[in-house]
Amino acid sequence: MRIADAKQTYEADEAIWTTQTQKLWFGLFLLVLLVFPFMADSYLLYLGCLVGIAVISTTGLNILTGFTGLISLGQAGFMGVGAYTVAWLSLNTGLPFPVTLLLAGLMAAAVGILVGLPSLRVKKLYLAIATLAASVFLHFIFAEWESVTGGMGGLSLEPAHLFGWSFQSDFMMYFIIVPLAVLMVLAAANVFRTRIGRAFIAIRDRDISAEILGINLLRYKLMSFALSSFYAGIAGGLFAYFYRVVTPESFPLSMSIFYLAAVIVGGMGNLLGGILGAAFMTLVPEALKLLTAALTPFYPDAPVFMSPMLEIIFGALIVGFLIFEPHGLAEIWHRIRRFFHLWPFRN
Amino acid sequence: MSILEISNLSLSFGGVTALQDVSFRVPENTVTTIIGPNGAGKTSLFNCISGFYKPQQGTISYQGQILSGGIKPPKRAALGLARTFQNIALFRGMTVLDNIKLGAHVHMKSGLLSALAYFGPARREEIAVRKDVEQRIIDFLEIDHIRRQPVASLSYGLQKRVELARALAMRPKVLMLDEPVAGMNREEKEDMARFILDIREEWGITVLMVEHDMGMVMDISDHIAVLNFGQVITEGLPEDVQKNPEVIKAYLGNSDIDSLRKKLNPEGEAA
Repeated sequence: MRIADAKQTYEADEAIWTTQTQKLWFGLFLLVLLVFPFMADSYLLYLGCLVGIAVISTTGLNILTGFTGLISLGQAGFMGVGAYTVAWLSLNTGLPFPVTLLLAGLMAAAVGILVGLPSLRVKKLYLAIATLAASVFLHFIFAEWESVTGGMGGLSLEPAHLFGWSFQSDFMMYFIIVPLAVLMVLAAANVFRTRIGRAFIAIRDRDISAEILGINLLRYKLMSFALSSFYAGIAGGLFAYFYRVVTPESFPLSMSIFYLAAVIVGGMGNLLGGILGAAFMTLVPEALKLLTAALTPFYPDAPVFMSPMLEIIFGALIVGFLIFEPHGLAEIWHRIRRFFHLWPFRN
Repeated sequence: MSILEISNLSLSFGGVTALQDVSFRVPENTVTTIIGPNGAGKTSLFNCISGFYKPQQGTISYQGQILSGGIKPPKRAALGLARTFQNIALFRGMTVLDNIKLGAHVHMKSGLLSALAYFGPARREEIAVRKDVEQRIIDFLEIDHIRRQPVASLSYGLQKRVELARALAMRPKVLMLDEPVAGMNREEKEDMARFILDIREEWGITVLMVEHDMGMVMDISDHIAVLNFGQVITEGLPEDVQKNPEVIKAYLGNSDIDSLRKKLNPEGEAA
């Protein structure tokens, strides 16, 4: 049952967590995130880092596509910009990782603004094509600008470092990636309780009314592109530090589609949806692989049979979830919550 | 004193003339209504004033300043021209509260960085706006019970009221209402008429309205302009407009007006 919901102040009513129960659950969740790396084996730790990076990038794309209504197929390209910025800076300067990551985000944001320029005139699927073109163009630069990007061979970089610490293992990287993911999702939540976030949603829902309310469409669309690509740039930078090698093939077009799918499966225009979608898209293929491994003792042919099936099962799962709940995983979660708001008095 | 003055405005789309040499004025702190049959150009005129259409000829002067084509809709909103739409233009997925807060957008200053951090200036500003919206608007329009509901779930009458609330949050000097009571029942119409009068009297806002409901128009308007086929037939006090033969012709067609008037109002003729 929902309790402690009577507010005395507007501050309390505008908070992200409006009840004690929610705060308690979030505290518990943070505790689990903190304890996880000490309990997990190296495989789980690796997955944890991957999910963290995916959460940052998906949240970024969610801001652009889910909240502002601008479809983008450029996400992988923006991540690439971030990754190459980090790689180049760590090879050519001695800057510590917080600085290189910030610069990676800013660089990606600048590229994002350029790519976003047509968005005032071009909408929906046409914008998807325009961003697709930008992504192909970026890929071309990654492959051909050899003096900076190292061409097809790419760049290898040193582990992230700060104050003499070297973040070499997945265990150490976890403590960069996950806190950053938490912070960046919270920052996004902040944006959506201020005028900026409301303007984004207004543009998505009805741009002509947004204009009449004094919202400058181009300015806010570009701001959304910049913010979204900033998130992508940070995610790309973390990707570079995590794998310590960046090649043009690290950021294929299918990666953009991966993130778009994560936003849609999770729930467009819902930050929780971005998190759930990123986790779903990263973990389900792994879970299917584990399932194959578990089946092998009983059916020795399982790997032969399953490996081509994995993609199909994965696709079917996505379609299944979308038929079951078109508003994404976040809506399923909200439905569960609503059930407990009135429980046990009504169910 | 006129707050808004339209002079010789002409607008056409290709060969179709929407407005032809339209001139009229909106006196300050009045309820001014534009009436006219369907297709007379009322909404086109609104769209010219709020900057969506660019008239080929003529000027719109607001507080003595000419609103040229270079002043785009967002700028006009910031200058104090707020409006509602004939077919409600709310953000359907957002809550009532968020819709109204969006009205205050131009009066807020937080940038992206302070929004990301939230605590500090952004929060102070958000709370101040929330307080203002609650105490000044939600209370006044009696919509406190629905503030958390998504707009899509509300009745038509309530949606119109939320749209008015959003326009008020813009702190307008001129409030343009496009058919504020269309499709409402009697009670809702009376509420809306009361709100419009209060807005003018208590808040000193000039109301410019397009409306078909003649009962309400004649009751609450201080000044009426009549539009037909893109031209202003007449403007003036409600009583004068009602008696104008041109207006009667526009509404009832071209027939023997005197006999028609006798039929409609035999006593008035006798007196």
